[in-house]
Amino acid sequence: MPVTVRTFGSAGEAASALSSDRTARYFGGGTLVMRALNEGDVSISSIVRANDVALRRIEAAGPRVTIGAGVTFAKILAERDLAFLHAPARSIGGPAVRNMGTVGGNLFAPNPYGDFTVALLALDATVSVQGGFGARDLPIDEFLQSRERQAGNLVLSVSCPRPASSDAFRYRKITRIRPKGASVITLAAHVPMSGGRVLGARLALGSMAPMPIRARAAERALEGRPLDTSTITAAASAITEGTSPVDDALGSAWYRREIIGVHLRRLLSDQE
Amino acid sequence: MSKTALQFRHNGRDVAIFVDGGTNLLVALRELIGDMTPKFGCGQGGCGACSVLIDGELHLACLTLAETAAGRSVETLDGLKEGPNLHPLQRAFADNFAAQCGYCTPGMLMAAKALLDRNPQPSRAEVVEAISGNICRCTGYEPIINAVLAAAGNRARA
Ligand SMILES: Cc1cc2nc3c(=O)[nH]c(=O)nc-3n(C[C@H](O)[C@H](O)[C@H](O)COP(=O)(O)OP(=O)(O)OC[C@H]3O[C@@H](n4cnc5c(N)ncnc54)[C@H](O)[C@@H]3O)c2cc1C
Ligand code: FES
Ligand code: FES
Repeated sequence: MPVTVRTFGSAGEAASALSSDRTARYFGGGTLVMRALNEGDVSISSIVRANDVALRRIEAAGPRVTIGAGVTFAKILAERDLAFLHAPARSIGGPAVRNMGTVGGNLFAPNPYGDFTVALLALDATVSVQGGFGARDLPIDEFLQSRERQAGNLVLSVSCPRPASSDAFRYRKITRIRPKGASVITLAAHVPMSGGRVLGARLALGSMAPMPIRARAAERALEGRPLDTSTITAAASAITEGTSPVDDALGSAWYRREIIGVHLRRLLSDQE
Repeated sequence: MSKTALQFRHNGRDVAIFVDGGTNLLVALRELIGDMTPKFGCGQGGCGACSVLIDGELHLACLTLAETAAGRSVETLDGLKEGPNLHPLQRAFADNFAAQCGYCTPGMLMAAKALLDRNPQPSRAEVVEAISGNICRCTGYEPIINAVLAAAGNRARA
């Protein structure tokens, strides 16, 4: 069924169009929206696009990086200053999907997708959102909690601090197929060290709940401790707390709970 | 519902068509332009049979909103041959038995072209990565990987 497509030159105009029409859907890279249209999803009757260069901007020189919502994973991989985000960007789709899919769309991607969002959650990212009432910044976990209600808003950009060292941020995606495959589970850890102890631990998990979640009990097990075997074991035994994985074609809930601790241990102790 | 006028370059030639809102580029190429070389496998982004280059970048035509191609350059397998001569990648696919039923071949060739245009001397791992979004149900991939590596080698000698 044909849909109405409206393309705007500025993000602001697109945001007003979205907030004034509840049935409109924003079209980012389109890898999920076009898929729904091809399937004949009748809930989409109109599409809003924005051709605004601001949405494709990357500011990566400083200690805090800002990435426009319309930036593709291929563009992140081409940016040397974003090396810490290359592992999550490379883990998404094949080359064509990375040329098309965007950071903004990933925030809304349902399981088994949303891998980049898992990385952003572990980095305490901020999501900049423009609604009918102007723009505001939300912590990413708050954004994810209210994701359903964000549908009428336009995400402008995400920003996050650059990890202090390459060791401080780690990412791991478990798939059945290599090199490309959907996530069985995804893990991201931000473990900044101060005086030999973890300070400000963040662990984020994908495919362990309806959307990416923080593993707070395991974070507490890491906080203030050296990253040694006994700390890592304590974190691994707390990692399933608060999770609610499901059975799907990629793995059962039981399997996901069984393997997540193993992969957390490997991630934190630098094992393949 | 009204149709939208759309112009873009198709294999170096300017084309103009009218599309319904929400039409994907694969439908536009096959049904409105008559270029049958990009294939419909899934319409879901999962198989890669519809792979085309947009401004030199590999894209899935089935997930591309046709009107986003406006003013851009779209290359399909149909544009690969040079006059009566096969493109070196096509020749290498033939020589290395890289096509059986041939359904994945147009997408594989475009994915391989996207790789070699940027990286003329890829490693085996880079070839595997480059075609990782393309499914082949016949060959087991080895002959395809070998063909791409052979085409890269031939280019180096030429
Ligand atoms: C073959 C294939 C493989 C894939 N593999 C992976 C994978 O490995 N990992 C993974 O995480 N994902 C994967 N995906 C899913 C998807 O490609 C990515 O999640 C991608 O980041 C989605 O972004 P998009 O711009 O294409 O989203 P779109 O399809 O444009 O949009 C998705 C949703 O987000 C909303 N949206 C998009 N941008 C904004 C914005 N700026 N503001 C407000 N709302 C917005 C849209 O309205 C829509 O509801 C895959 C998809 C395919 C087809
Ligand atoms: S038809 Fe486009 S990816 Fe399968
Ligand atoms: S040759 Fe038949 S699918 Fe690849």
